[in-house]
Amino acid sequence: MATATIDTSGNADATPPPGPGTHVARHTAVADAVTLTWRNLLNLRRKPQLIVFATIQPVIFVLMFRFVFGGAISVPGTSYVNYLMPGIFIQTVTFGALTTGVGLAEDMQNGLIDRFRSLPMARSAVLVGRTMADLCRNVFVVALMAVVGFLVGFRWETNALAFLAGLGVVLLFSFALSWVFAYVGMVVGDAETAQAASFPILAPLVFASSAFVPLNTMPGWLQAFAEHQPVSITVDAVRALCLGGPTAGPVFKACLWMLVIVAVFAPLAVRQYRKV
Amino acid sequence: MTEPAIVADGIGKRFGDVEALCNVSFDVPHGTVLGLLGPNGAGKTTAVRVLTTLLPSDSGSARVLGLDVATDRQAVRASIGLAGQYAAVDEVVTARENLQLVGRLTHMGKADIAARAVELLDQFNLADAADRQVKTFSGGMRRRLDLAAALVHRPPVLFLDEPTTGLDPKGRGDLWLTIEQLVEDGTTLLLTTQYLEEADRLADRIVVIDHGTVIAEGTSAELKGRLGSTVLEFGFADRDHAGRAAGVLESLGSPTLDGTLLRITVDDGGRSMLAAVRALDEAGVEPTTAALREPTLDDVFLTLTGHPAEMTADAESDADTADRAPAEVGATPDRGAA
Repeated sequence: MATATIDTSGNADATPPPGPGTHVARHTAVADAVTLTWRNLLNLRRKPQLIVFATIQPVIFVLMFRFVFGGAISVPGTSYVNYLMPGIFIQTVTFGALTTGVGLAEDMQNGLIDRFRSLPMARSAVLVGRTMADLCRNVFVVALMAVVGFLVGFRWETNALAFLAGLGVVLLFSFALSWVFAYVGMVVGDAETAQAASFPILAPLVFASSAFVPLNTMPGWLQAFAEHQPVSITVDAVRALCLGGPTAGPVFKACLWMLVIVAVFAPLAVRQYRKV
Repeated sequence: MTEPAIVADGIGKRFGDVEALCNVSFDVPHGTVLGLLGPNGAGKTTAVRVLTTLLPSDSGSARVLGLDVATDRQAVRASIGLAGQYAAVDEVVTARENLQLVGRLTHMGKADIAARAVELLDQFNLADAADRQVKTFSGGMRRRLDLAAALVHRPPVLFLDEPTTGLDPKGRGDLWLTIEQLVEDGTTLLLTTQYLEEADRLADRIVVIDHGTVIAEGTSAELKGRLGSTVLEFGFADRDHAGRAAGVLESLGSPTLDGTLLRITVDDGGRSMLAAVRALDEAGVEPTTAALREPTLDDVFLTLTGHPAEMTADAESDADTADRAPAEVGATPDRGAA
């Protein structure tokens, strides 16, 4: 039986520098992730319509809730537009999270993932590069939505720092959700299905939540769900940071949800990536 | 003597009920070209995926440059280039950026990456389109870019999975020239194809695979030699002449009539041709065309498998697609002239 070690010296001229073995050094993993983040952002820059469309829907929601439904919704202790915007921020990044899945599914469909997997690069890089690029995209999108909010009359009731911390929570939440849809995207494997499969997961999370209306207007059975699900919890945390009230508890609970989401879906996504 | 550059040693792989590969063994010596020939669904892509570390095999083992593809994956990946059936390039970024991406992911130096990209763009006749988005490229240009991307890190071993499927004849011819150039420069190449003409043209040795099993192996000439015969082919002005000629030539073998075309399979081509011409002359039957030809790989495939190469494309469950994106099912084998 020939073994791997016997012959390598004989064709040294044809063998490239000794590989680092199965495990890629940590700095390589970081460099590869940065490279793929760069590639994904390059994609975004060449397809700016992706960002435009990512913001059109939430802008319509802002206008609709601010000027159409808003008058009929009464919220305790603040104006409706101030109540609404934290919900809009979370809604925007929640629906935006499916972009992660769609992007990965597209890469799988056109063979790019196979190419990446045939290269001596860190295995984590494809997923990290994708989720990091989506985080960068969300920074842009959330900033844009904040501007829209100010234009329709939103004002923070705490201070600028707390407001920025609120946007920070929004971005962390978007990053956590990216891992859910990275998994979904790789399981379904094509872009259209990824898009279609994501909506039924997202719609109940976003609408059966405290994003647009106070929970006490919902029937009791729905309240039980709405009160504890991650979108409500995170919206409450962002709201506390923007509008005042106790912040430590809600922010802690939101971070806990994010940790749980990442702890469950990041390993699932990584495992799925190895399988495809 | 060192081990061949690529060694497949009894590889087996199942997808559910489909046995995609069954005890497949072959090797590819350094600097040579192996053509893995078979119809759609024969297991070619699965074999390539195992050899390029993308898919673990269920049984058997495989080595590339002496490195085990299952246990030494990263080292194998550093030594191989893979270009697939689908041009795996990023549509939205430019050709140059695609090459730079691969350079960065294979950890080449910055200056080297830039220079290598220019070199490859020149070599693959893409210099003029270097800074255009790939989505504006023709099918042939994409394939060339895909191949270039597989070569960025100068891999000594190259895997091409149906590199010309879906290309027009000119694109195919261009790509063949490029591949021949690479092989001249010493690259070891494993090429899968369902085009008999392609294997004939590019490969030093051919492994014929069908339903996941190797059914024949040898040089193109050896495979043709297994028919042990040459084909005499005469054309006639009408069926009447052809029928009379069939009677005249009966002594040489068993003529088969195909309209006005008469074929006889014989063992000694030259001598039989002379005898046939003499006999036809004496009988006063004048052919309009006369040819002495070697059996084509098409003839070989028919003899080996009992079905023509293109028959199984749609009719049978496609083991190659079992582990892949659904898009592959739609790949149409517009067969080259064989």
